[in-house]
Amino acid sequence: MSDYNFAYLDEQTKRMIRRAILKGLAIPGYQVPFASREMPMPYGWGTGGVQVSAATLTPEDTLKVIDQGADDTTNAVSIRKFFEKTAEVGTTTETSAATVIQTRHRIPEEDLSEDQILVYQVPIPEPLRFLEPRETETRKMHALEEYGLMHVKLYEDIAKHGHIATSYAYPVKVEDRYVMDPSPIPKFDNPKMEMSAIQLFGAGREQRIYALPPYTKVVSLDFEDHPFDPSKAPHACALCGAEDSYLDEVITDDKGGRMFVCSDTDYCEKRRAEGHTGDLTKETAA
Amino acid sequence: MEALELTGGFFDPAPEAARAFRQIMTVMAKPGTILDLDQAEAPAPVSKAAATLLLTLCDPDTGIYLAGDADTDAVRNWINFHIGAPLVSAATCDFAVGTWEALAPLSQFKIGTSEYPDRSASLIVESDVLENQGAVLQGPGIKDRAALSLPETAAFQANQMLFPLGLDFYFTQGSRVAALPRTTEVR
Amino acid sequence: MYVAVKGGERAIENAHAWLAEERRGDTSVEELSIAQIREQLKLAVNRVMAEGSLYDPDLAALAIKQARGDLIEAIFLIRAYRTTLPRFGSSNPIETSEMDCERRISATFKDLPGGQVLGPTFDYTHRLLDFKLAADGETIEVPERDAVPETVPHVTEFLNKEGLIQDEAASEDTPPDLTREPLELPADRALRLQSLARADEGFTLGMAYSTQRGYGRTHAFVGELRIGAVSVEMDIPELGFAIDLGEITVTECETVNQFTGSKTEPPQFTRGYGLVFGQSERKSISMSLVDRALRWEELGEDNVGAPAQDAEFVLYHGDNIQATGFLEHIKLPHYVDFQSELELIRKLRREAMERAVPEAAE
Ligand SMILES: [Zn+2]
Repeated sequence: MSDYNFAYLDEQTKRMIRRAILKGLAIPGYQVPFASREMPMPYGWGTGGVQVSAATLTPEDTLKVIDQGADDTTNAVSIRKFFEKTAEVGTTTETSAATVIQTRHRIPEEDLSEDQILVYQVPIPEPLRFLEPRETETRKMHALEEYGLMHVKLYEDIAKHGHIATSYAYPVKVEDRYVMDPSPIPKFDNPKMEMSAIQLFGAGREQRIYALPPYTKVVSLDFEDHPFDPSKAPHACALCGAEDSYLDEVITDDKGGRMFVCSDTDYCEKRRAEGHTGDLTKETAA
Repeated sequence: MEALELTGGFFDPAPEAARAFRQIMTVMAKPGTILDLDQAEAPAPVSKAAATLLLTLCDPDTGIYLAGDADTDAVRNWINFHIGAPLVSAATCDFAVGTWEALAPLSQFKIGTSEYPDRSASLIVESDVLENQGAVLQGPGIKDRAALSLPETAAFQANQMLFPLGLDFYFTQGSRVAALPRTTEVR
Repeated sequence: MYVAVKGGERAIENAHAWLAEERRGDTSVEELSIAQIREQLKLAVNRVMAEGSLYDPDLAALAIKQARGDLIEAIFLIRAYRTTLPRFGSSNPIETSEMDCERRISATFKDLPGGQVLGPTFDYTHRLLDFKLAADGETIEVPERDAVPETVPHVTEFLNKEGLIQDEAASEDTPPDLTREPLELPADRALRLQSLARADEGFTLGMAYSTQRGYGRTHAFVGELRIGAVSVEMDIPELGFAIDLGEITVTECETVNQFTGSKTEPPQFTRGYGLVFGQSERKSISMSLVDRALRWEELGEDNVGAPAQDAEFVLYHGDNIQATGFLEHIKLPHYVDFQSELELIRKLRREAMERAVPEAAE
């Protein structure tokens, strides 16, 4: 596709995004405004992540794209194809073989290394947005480090339900300063955010980029008497038997039958290749 | 214009800028890490690493301040020809280039506002020495601790106290680069 | 045996092939040409150019054809194309006072220099389906056109001479560019107008209508609505003069709004302004009403809490490409979020039931 520049975006746009990424890394958790461009895919489909990836990729990179943890969900396929065409980068589904991983809604189960970059697609980058719809107000709240509203909301949950009723996009505090939206990952993934890889977050429609350098302090908001609980459903994967992975629930018939399988397809496949089995695979083997 | 003012840009801009940016991003994300950065060449005294930083990050939307000896006609012409960035004062610049002494005092640069801490200057400090010893660094991007030859420590400690406002630094020496964001604790 | 869903790639290819077939429809019916769309669906083309922020009737027509007539989809195609275009410079402001008007009306004066020129309007058509158009071989009677003087003065200038309308001082400032800089609030009027010019017609219409019904009423009269061609010029510093780049057709609306004065401003008329590519009357009138409503602060009026007075609300929700993308994205997979919600609801229910049981036993 020679009609377009390497990685689609023109060089001036990439420079603008690159400057925003660097500021994001220098001020972890702070949402840097950037002049998001109209991409050839709709807002909400990962235009922020795509722009961040486009500004980050080099021809030598190996890209992995996941949506809901899986490489073969339609939007992951579509974004991967976009970069195969426009940046001619190699692609992989193997987590450890990727140098850049673009994700929507999950962090891979396998630990990432220092040489990897994780790019998140973010729909609503402002963690306070659902408490205060006005950007002018939330910007002030971040400036003043005024996060009382968030704590009140979480505490009301506890008073009402006995638990914090947020199960995904669970807010975190970065380096004791900025409250940050981790994107709509399940709270199960939150503890993984203190990692060795560079994490970049792109919100196209909302025109924000933010970032976490490796080993940045990322703490899920909680209370002393109600500590953060990243637990997930107490099941094992029906295919690979993993008990430590985040699971998709699959409805198997119309009589209430269901099973749980790893949401991270690469993790599951790797485990099965290593000979691990789950309830379902054991039965068939027998 | 001298020949060098017209040369020294990227040979193949898109992939070379991408590779350069990855080095720059890596050093910013991992303070203390020293990497090669040599895709561009500007007239003396600007180092290859500083030239590559400017070429990768600057354009007509970013003001550049040339400090001290870096402010020559040849360098100005090179920036004008390859980057098209306006040359501006220290107080309004987005990027500044010069030796540590020439860049002083740091108080003349933008440190951002509490609502927009990103509206701050990035300083490219041309250095004679760049090695992993000297000041001890801790903070985001650093596993336990790192070390970097810094021109001094007090200025960086004062800068870190301003967080989330403050300046971010690149240290360049020949074709090598390291970085020190405002988050890094320096001892 | 459960097999994880595979073959996303294949599914996408099949969907695209099917889409192409549907777009073409029955192949025994002649295919639409770009020229036909450009000439005969001109108002659709205009809307796509206006909200796509790109003046190119042929590309807009192509986008409409490709989008199967879905104008928001066509606008999206144009926007995505537009961002890849290199920027050579900015034109000088267009001079609408030198417009070659094909339509020019004023609701505030019965007659005035330049006259009332109806032009090609639906206004007084009876909305009766014209079955003659369904038959082939339509013949057009070329009407006698109203003679329009070469330049037509702006209506608001007559009021300005008397000092009855707020003077809008010309500014030499370069207006901000929404397509190059992130939206920042508070937004000045230039930025608001720019945002409104590319905002969704339906959204702008709804907002304007709400002001008429009392949510931030501004007492608007259409001082003037004019449609016609203006020339676009650009200064070339190397040449030392401006060159003519060509002509574009625009619709300009200026409303005259009653204003009894405020703490800061004397009683006088004030203005709302709308300028849109092509013949886009509904949009330009809507735009001027919303513009006027958003000016409450600079005119020292009260904020009555009306939606159309709320710049943040209007500017953040008027873009149909942003809105439709985010709205429609909820059809993408959300298994992971949903699963975490499912677990949470099950847990809360279980606990609620457990609490309920001992109470019931009492
Ligand atoms: Zn599994």
